[in-house]
Amino acid sequence: MLANAANNETCSTNIGNSSSRLCNQKMVKEEQELANRPDNTAFTQQRLPAWQPMLSAGIVIPGFVLIGLAFIGIGVALFVTSRSIQVLELDYTGLEQNSPCFKCTYPNVSNCVCDLDFSIDSLFKGTVFFYYGLSNYFQNFRKYGVSKDDVQLSGDLTNFKSPSDTCSPYVYDRNNQPIVPCGSIANSMFNDTFQLFQKINGTKTLVPFDGKGIAWWTDYNIKYRNPSVTPLKNAFNSTVKPIFWSKPAYELDTSDPANNGFINQNFLVWMRRAALPNFRKLYGRIDEGVYAQGLPAGSYSLAITYNYPVLSFGGRKKVVFSNVSWMGGKNEFLGIAYLVIGSLCVLMSIVMLIVYAKFKFPEED
Amino acid sequence: MGSVASYFGRLGGKEQKKEEERLFRANDRPFNLSYHYADNAIKTSKYNLFTFLPLNLFEQFRRLANAYFLFLMALQVIPQISSLSWFTTAVPLILVLSITAVKDASDDINRHKSDKQVNNRMVKVLIDGELRNEKWLNVQVGDIIKLENNQFVTADLLLLTSSEPLNLVYVETAELDGETNLKVKQALTVTGDMGDSIDALAGFKGEVRCEPPNNRLDKFKGTLTLDGQTYSLDNDKVLLRGCTLRNTEWCFGVVIFGGPDTKLMQNSGKTTFKRTSIDHLMNVLVLCIFGLLASMCAVLAIGNGIWEVREGSVFTVFLPLEQGVNAALSSFLSFWSYVIVLNTLVPISLYVSVEIIRLGNSFFIDWDRKMYYPKNDTPAQARTTTLNEELGQIKYIFSDKTGTLTQNIMTFNRCSINGKAYGELFDFSGQRVEITEKTARVDFSWNQLADPKFTFHDHSLLETVREGNPEAQAFFRLLALCHTVMPEEKKEGELYYQAQSPDEGALVTAARNFGFVFRSRTPETITAMEMGRTVTYELLAVLDFNNVRKRMSVIVRNPEGKLTLYCKGADTIIFERLHPSCNKLKEATIGHLNEYAGDGLRTLALAYKPLDESYMDKWRQRHHEASTAMEGREERLDELYEEIEKDLLLLGATAVEDKLQDGVPQTIEQLAKADIKIWVLTGDKQETAENIGYSCNMLREEMKEIFVVAANTTEGVKEELQNARRKMCPEAAEEPSVKKARAGLFWLQKTETVQDEKVDGDYGLVINGHSLAFALEKNLQLELLRTACMCQTVICCRVTPLQKAQVVQLVKKYKQAVTLAIGDGANDVSMIKAAHIGVGISGQEGMQAVLSSDYSFAQFRYLQRLLLVHGRWSYLRMCKFLQYFFYKNFTFTFVHFWYAFFCGFSAQTVYDEWFITLYNMVYTALPVLGMSIFDQDVNDRWSFQYPQLYTPGQLNQYFSKKAFVLCMMHSCYSSLILFFIPWAAMHDTVRDDGKDLADYQSFALLAQTCLLIVMNIQLCLDTYYWTAVNQFFVWGSLAAYFAITLTMYSNGMFLIFTSSFPFIGTARNSLNQPNVWLTIFLTSLLCILPVVASRFLFIQLRPTINDKVRQKVRKEALPAPAPRRPPARRISTRRSGYAFSHAQGYGDLVTSRRFLLKLRSRPPLFTQTDSPLAQNEPQLYRTIAEDPEESQSP
Repeated sequence: MLANAANNETCSTNIGNSSSRLCNQKMVKEEQELANRPDNTAFTQQRLPAWQPMLSAGIVIPGFVLIGLAFIGIGVALFVTSRSIQVLELDYTGLEQNSPCFKCTYPNVSNCVCDLDFSIDSLFKGTVFFYYGLSNYFQNFRKYGVSKDDVQLSGDLTNFKSPSDTCSPYVYDRNNQPIVPCGSIANSMFNDTFQLFQKINGTKTLVPFDGKGIAWWTDYNIKYRNPSVTPLKNAFNSTVKPIFWSKPAYELDTSDPANNGFINQNFLVWMRRAALPNFRKLYGRIDEGVYAQGLPAGSYSLAITYNYPVLSFGGRKKVVFSNVSWMGGKNEFLGIAYLVIGSLCVLMSIVMLIVYAKFKFPEED
Repeated sequence: MGSVASYFGRLGGKEQKKEEERLFRANDRPFNLSYHYADNAIKTSKYNLFTFLPLNLFEQFRRLANAYFLFLMALQVIPQISSLSWFTTAVPLILVLSITAVKDASDDINRHKSDKQVNNRMVKVLIDGELRNEKWLNVQVGDIIKLENNQFVTADLLLLTSSEPLNLVYVETAELDGETNLKVKQALTVTGDMGDSIDALAGFKGEVRCEPPNNRLDKFKGTLTLDGQTYSLDNDKVLLRGCTLRNTEWCFGVVIFGGPDTKLMQNSGKTTFKRTSIDHLMNVLVLCIFGLLASMCAVLAIGNGIWEVREGSVFTVFLPLEQGVNAALSSFLSFWSYVIVLNTLVPISLYVSVEIIRLGNSFFIDWDRKMYYPKNDTPAQARTTTLNEELGQIKYIFSDKTGTLTQNIMTFNRCSINGKAYGELFDFSGQRVEITEKTARVDFSWNQLADPKFTFHDHSLLETVREGNPEAQAFFRLLALCHTVMPEEKKEGELYYQAQSPDEGALVTAARNFGFVFRSRTPETITAMEMGRTVTYELLAVLDFNNVRKRMSVIVRNPEGKLTLYCKGADTIIFERLHPSCNKLKEATIGHLNEYAGDGLRTLALAYKPLDESYMDKWRQRHHEASTAMEGREERLDELYEEIEKDLLLLGATAVEDKLQDGVPQTIEQLAKADIKIWVLTGDKQETAENIGYSCNMLREEMKEIFVVAANTTEGVKEELQNARRKMCPEAAEEPSVKKARAGLFWLQKTETVQDEKVDGDYGLVINGHSLAFALEKNLQLELLRTACMCQTVICCRVTPLQKAQVVQLVKKYKQAVTLAIGDGANDVSMIKAAHIGVGISGQEGMQAVLSSDYSFAQFRYLQRLLLVHGRWSYLRMCKFLQYFFYKNFTFTFVHFWYAFFCGFSAQTVYDEWFITLYNMVYTALPVLGMSIFDQDVNDRWSFQYPQLYTPGQLNQYFSKKAFVLCMMHSCYSSLILFFIPWAAMHDTVRDDGKDLADYQSFALLAQTCLLIVMNIQLCLDTYYWTAVNQFFVWGSLAAYFAITLTMYSNGMFLIFTSSFPFIGTARNSLNQPNVWLTIFLTSLLCILPVVASRFLFIQLRPTINDKVRQKVRKEALPAPAPRRPPARRISTRRSGYAFSHAQGYGDLVTSRRFLLKLRSRPPLFTQTDSPLAQNEPQLYRTIAEDPEESQSP
């Protein structure tokens, strides 16, 4: 562009026809000579159209106020919702002498059942979820976490014969029989069982737990599959059950084939390992019959088959009754955090306003 | 790198012993081959098809980062340690290695191509008694080859015979040393007698003994034994590879050194790798990161030990210990496991990304149309792609003068004849009019012999001459007669002048166009065409120039028999010798001279004197005696000259412009505003250099003082330097304050920094080569540096190439500042190589400067764009990139650290392994590249408007160790938020259908999503310049993340690769939960808001220059560029009190019969008169003799 313009200027100074033809030729020649001239595009010349935002007072201060207000709003909503969720936590580790499960903590006790009595003051609204909780339990320990065989659990029979090494140290038993399901996670499956009774005038009515539909749909339908062998038992030929288990996998729920073997929902819930050392896992829902609307106020008794040892490593066991809301279970943290951060934002916006008014961006060069 | 290649090369090839002496026989291949001298093939490539893979991999693994990742991969193979799958490091490593390999391969292919091109050039070789065309690579030591005019010299040759009389050949050495003047080489008479007789040459059986190959261009020692006689050989008889044969029909030579042994190749062998200060900083930081990594791993290993003792040992029911593993061993293993998990602290993609960014920015330099010079069709070129950000940190510029600041073109611009000034144009109100391209030129078409390239704008001068004004005619007659120019008229009317200096050429050409055409000369006569009439003058004497006389005279007799002495010279010298009758004229002329000097023109005064025949006879007699006297010849001649050159009659004065390149003063002003110091290092004379200093605004009248250091002893130099310093800063301590520090890897490198001292007012320093030699000695170095750094402007004149490099090194060493050297000639090569950044001006002198430079472009003025725009942006981008990159990786990694405290220090990762694999390479790679390639704080025009924006770079303000620590603290904060907010929010939480959500996989997904979102928002905050590409990259990355995540967690992937994608369903099950999104939202804002707040407050409280300008950009439109006004005339008291820019002339030669005889024998003397530039530029003269002092003398 530039060169052409200059060229035109020099040409225009030469007056006369002959010179103008010369001039044209020269221009053509020049045109060819500029082979190395870079392209004139916005990209190569770094002139791409761009938006250049700045942290100016007009954006930042109102922004903080708005965010603060929004946070406070969300916080209030969360807080109120969280408040409305009812939670009942009962520890049954049996460490304390007055605990009903204390008797089960003696060594050499087997098939111990302890009854945990409690009462509810007001109606536990909606579907009540029943969880068991463990603390100081490191399901997130790396070597524990990798100790399973996804291929085996997806029903692949070759891995029944030779489970993956990742299951170490629970790959084979002493007789070199493959363990199915192999690995630490499966081996350490939680095996306390619970039965809830409502006590009405001295009689105990069983409150049924719905133990189905407590695992993730994907786990139940995709990730874990039983081998397509009928009866299921045959698939487990020449394998042994995990060392800690009392019955083999194909007997986890003999009443319902859709809840047996690797797709037993309690098993699935256990296999979804927790992120943190204190966790709770869903055991069942109370949504049947008269309890569909919730647990009415009254006395209850929880019969616990106490099998799972936790005292040796200082863990604790608990059960939790809870209902849920749109935001899931009870969690006060989120609401409070939103409230606090929201207030801080508003406060910060005031500070910034003061600073801005006082020190304002110096205008001089 | 090269050493490895050569090592392998040596393994494969013949073993080379150190050669001590070279012995060979001409025309005796079997004999010569027994010595295994290198043949003429050159090889600059590093690999071939088979060696590429092993050699390239070997080289790549020599890089610390790559080796480290190899080591990590080895660790991952050990099952007890492996905390991550092999692919997490293998995939990035393979990607990085292959990118680098592809780049190396393409580089090497180019080298192969250029090798092939050079090796396949053809040359005539004498084999078996006949001349055969052979490829260069087949030429052997001892072969006799024939070169023809304008051919490149094939190898280093011993010249045998030539077509020219006296066995001379003319060579141009531009490619070798950049000097464009022709050099003469002469063969031994004994070989020269062979002529072009093939038989004689085929029978030539000379035996040569000479020095082994070396890189000294100016020395050669050897002997030639022929028929029992021994002749000594020196540099004059050797043609070096890289030269071009000129004005010589043919010549024969015997090959002494071939290919890699040639002096050209020996000189180009040692390319030093330049690394930027950011590179050094990066190395230090990477080392720090290794330290940090080790200490983090150590902390976690200890934690693991403690955990094993307290928890692990009792948790064994569910998590049995492996056999033979106890707490100590477990802790040890956990250390290595964490080395793997935390490896992302040392980012493998860092180096690759840095290279990509630099490459991108280099392309922008190549593509910049504003650094493209249409006249030569030369774009700017980033020849080194690894130094860009250093361009934003330049503190000192060392510039050559000729060809860099100036165009090396002299134009006859003004003159004062008989008290009347010509050459300027005035409008009706008497205002000076600026002369531009458009201004009408004087039409010289009446004059058949006029030089079409000569331009002049003042019509009145031509009218005056044509009217027959006697003074004006005498004025131009003098210019046509009094000089030592050689004319050349190949065709009738096509005149070329060979002038010793461009000034002289300019003056003679001016006379030619104004009707006084110098046409030819013999030792006794000068023929000129005066206003169309041929006049032959008898040349009686030439009283030549020298440093002391500063004038030149000729004594001629015109056809009418009148004797006249014509004299031109420095005004002061001439004025001392004027006849008293000229006093009035003298006053007027002095006035004009002051004006010219004020405009930075090079002036000369002209005078004449009619001589008396009888006096002249006597004088000639005495002159003859004096010039043949054995003793005191010089003094006697000087006396004689002194005697005759007096009582002169003043004619007037000329003003020649040493044309500056376009925009030089403005560029220098801009660079000065950016606080860059410019030192001019030139081989020119002090006066010339000073004058250019004035005309390009480096030296100014309003400067408090300009010190000139020109002593000839160490003591003298010391005293002058000290005096200058004391004057500038009386209170400064005698001893310079030197700050000693340590830097570099392991702080092994000791640095000494001379502190800057504050000075009131501007000073200038001019130091000449002799003094500089003393000042550069060890004991004076610091004194020189102190004094020079106090001055605004430093000009070193008469500097040898070596001294140029020494000066650069001195500043580099004691100022710890980034230096840039810019030059165009071979004499600048050493300085270009020595400085942090070398810039070559392309298209003027030879290519040598460009070839050894890091950046090249055609005009000095592009330097401001290179530095103030490209350099600044590159630096800004690189710093932003590093800051962000470290932040991104630290934050990523620190989350693992916090998680360790909750998972029994088991080296459990927080994120999905695939996320770890893809985080650096896919999810965050493009957005950060987008920022670091496109970002600009303000656009180029504002960058020019506020050159002060450049200073943060010089002070290393954007990225330093401090910034790194801050960045680490920021990461620490972010990672705490990123871990503990999800931790608290997910603790015991369930989905809205009561199912699990606090499981590991959901937590991993939540943490990694938060991380990625925070990283992208942070990037947005850091980006100043939001192009569509940036937006696309950022949103694209987020979208890619979700798409890839959903795909990898999908049923299909699990069904196909069951064991590789265990996260099936996690995304679906947790991302449909409102509390997950609320947590993501909270986490992201909590990471970002403090940053926004603090940045906002900093802008308000302590705005940087950047913030200020950005604020301005928002508010105001860019002020229109100031109209170009004619430079204000300086009121100058100083005059360019020098004559020509050359010293001893060659008046002797002009009158020497032998020289002219030779000239006559070959009419087309110098066919190569015009450089390519001459087509476009007026009046370009090639100097045919350069100053002896300018040659290298260490």
